[in-house]
Amino acid sequence: MNFEIPKETNTGKLLEVTLGATSDQGGTRIHTIKIGGRTALPFHFFEGQHPHPPRVAMEVFDKKPEKYPALLLDYFGDVIDKPGDMAKKCVEEYGAELISVRLDATHPEKGNKSADEAAETVRLVLDSVGVPIIVTGHSHYEKINDVMKKVCEVTAGENCLINYVEKDNYKTIAAACLAYGHTIVAQTPIDVNLAKQLNILLTEMNFPKEKIVMDPLTGALGYGLEYTYSIMERISIDALAGDAMMAFPMLANPGYESFRVKETRAPEEDYPDWGDLMLRGAYWELVTAMSLLVAGADLLILYHPQTVATVKSKIEEMSKAKGGE
Amino acid sequence: MTMALSGLDIFKLLPKTNCGDCGVPTCMAFAMKLAQKKAELSECPHASDEAKATLGAASEPPIRLVKIGQKNPLEVGNETVLFRHEKTFFHQAGIGIQLRISEGEERLRGKIEEIEGYKVERVGEELEPDLFLVTQDSQDKTTFLKILELVKQSSRKAVILDSPDEEARQAGVELLKDERTAIYLRQEATQTDLELAKTHDCPVVLTAASYDELVSRVEKAKQAGVQNLILNLETNNTGLRLQHNTILRRSALKKYFKPFGYPLFKQIFSENAYDALANTTVSLCKYDSIIVLPEYDKALLYALLTLRQNIYTDPQKPIQVDAKVYPIGDPTPESPIFVTTNFSLTYFIVSGEIENSGISAHLVICDTEGQSVLTAWAAGKFVGETIAKFIKEAGFEQQVKTRKIVIPGYVAQISGDLEENLPGWEVIVGCQEASDIPSFVKSVQLT
Repeated sequence: MNFEIPKETNTGKLLEVTLGATSDQGGTRIHTIKIGGRTALPFHFFEGQHPHPPRVAMEVFDKKPEKYPALLLDYFGDVIDKPGDMAKKCVEEYGAELISVRLDATHPEKGNKSADEAAETVRLVLDSVGVPIIVTGHSHYEKINDVMKKVCEVTAGENCLINYVEKDNYKTIAAACLAYGHTIVAQTPIDVNLAKQLNILLTEMNFPKEKIVMDPLTGALGYGLEYTYSIMERISIDALAGDAMMAFPMLANPGYESFRVKETRAPEEDYPDWGDLMLRGAYWELVTAMSLLVAGADLLILYHPQTVATVKSKIEEMSKAKGGE
Repeated sequence: MTMALSGLDIFKLLPKTNCGDCGVPTCMAFAMKLAQKKAELSECPHASDEAKATLGAASEPPIRLVKIGQKNPLEVGNETVLFRHEKTFFHQAGIGIQLRISEGEERLRGKIEEIEGYKVERVGEELEPDLFLVTQDSQDKTTFLKILELVKQSSRKAVILDSPDEEARQAGVELLKDERTAIYLRQEATQTDLELAKTHDCPVVLTAASYDELVSRVEKAKQAGVQNLILNLETNNTGLRLQHNTILRRSALKKYFKPFGYPLFKQIFSENAYDALANTTVSLCKYDSIIVLPEYDKALLYALLTLRQNIYTDPQKPIQVDAKVYPIGDPTPESPIFVTTNFSLTYFIVSGEIENSGISAHLVICDTEGQSVLTAWAAGKFVGETIAKFIKEAGFEQQVKTRKIVIPGYVAQISGDLEENLPGWEVIVGCQEASDIPSFVKSVQLT
């Protein structure tokens, strides 16, 4: 029996999004990073183009998170309160390709830091590393609008990835991104239709398509991972079938989500069947990250240096598999 | 799920005489009825042998269901979709652990015992590895058979045997002859192997380095009468693996390419556990039905078994947790009380966030048949009356002194109804999003 590889050619293509800006482009980054541009499902090199591999970011904080897991303090205990130094460590020692600055301490109940303080933190990180920057906020709309407006203004021209806007809170931040040349994350709660709707809302206010990244919300392993996994697959399939309002690269948050759950915190003494906590923490994040990578994530924000090393080496290895034969 | 031949495909196989003997005026109309499964080919007295063979094959599942083991059989295959959202993945992948005889009898005895005892509970399901791959990685056939005997005596799990020596394979299969053990062939099958597999009805794992080689090995096995095959198109590159597996499953499901209509097998090789787990994750998401791990590592198994549960959950049937009162932290009769539904995700997220908030509390989980808060409310399963009934029947009122109960913010409208049904209680409307629980508990008097 003769076998022929069944290839599927797609009419659609993911948009290419550029993150960061170099000095000729009005920023201060040493280089920019492009994501997206695929014409086939993730790693299907046998039937489509993958011009840009998925990328790995790590996260730093404007204040040590209250619930920061003990097992990560082994790596970051000395710098957890110094976002500039921590960013440097993530890039230089652990190979982070982008840095996310999480501004949780601006939340009124978590420190209520001012917009000016937040902007200073972001500036500090920009000055400490040369990679593109993601600025990650929260859902206290009133406060985060103020913070992001200020951050966008102070970092004008840097083309930061402003993470995130939601359906009920996108106008102010999107306008600031437009005015100061930043890229935006459109976040929706694990739902294909809501994801599409928010993309439409953004493009209707003339937000450039090539400046949007989608975040369909990450559920960690055991905490809704299967929903995120299938939503990402559905979005990818729709995008490749030609739905232009789904054709944006996708962001996933395996780090933040995995290190909130019990499995990355509870000691083995309490749960003997769960195995060694030091391993389990990294494993939990790694499984979440790898499964979302094959589901279609283009940009992953990770926490554990061991996960970062493994995911990066896997992306490299998998990107070499051009054949299919 | 059958191979979907179109009416036109079927029409081409019919006599095209429009004789009407089948009771339908034209062959085309009959073909259409066949395609819709509203008629059977036997109704046409003139159908050719070719038509019978093709339509007969079309009623077989595109990916064969293969059963390994007897005491606690593992069934894999019979999958019908490429993406779980299209329907579901039906037969969850078997997870195995390799036992190498070079590890020594003593060490393996302890290992088998430990693995045999390993079980972990998650959302009311007991998760455990399903099989052992017993590998003869030395000349020592005697020890190989001894280890097989040991597994036979001390384990209920399925066994795949793996030896470079044809005689050892034969002796192994005979030793486990009623166990429906599977044979892993890294090289081309010999006639003796195929004869052996046929006699003892053993599934066979066929290995090949290319698509064409795999096709010829499958055909050789089928000609020898071996029907239960598992395929291993070997590569060390995880990206290539993903592409191979996609091509194999797509060929079976979309092109009805029979030689690839079998479940897939992967032995994980890796120097380090992180890399092994990354490879295993890709294998599990992308179509391997049997995955063998090189080592026994509890933390890794727990992560992997959880992933398997996630990926193989039917997207149409959400996982439920048991309806009962769950202690979060170390609650006393004076601790705060929260109530929500038994949709597993709701339970996990709410209990996780209460835990994150640092307080101890009672979490009342009502039976809403796995529906989430708003869906259950809309269906009348999460309303004042049902919640009150559950709390009373559980005898919860006698166990606690607190008389305040926090309901999810999305169902604020049931608070009056619940207070009416729970005399003496005060209902507090909680936050809408679970992630706001830590700040909510700080801002509201809960007891």
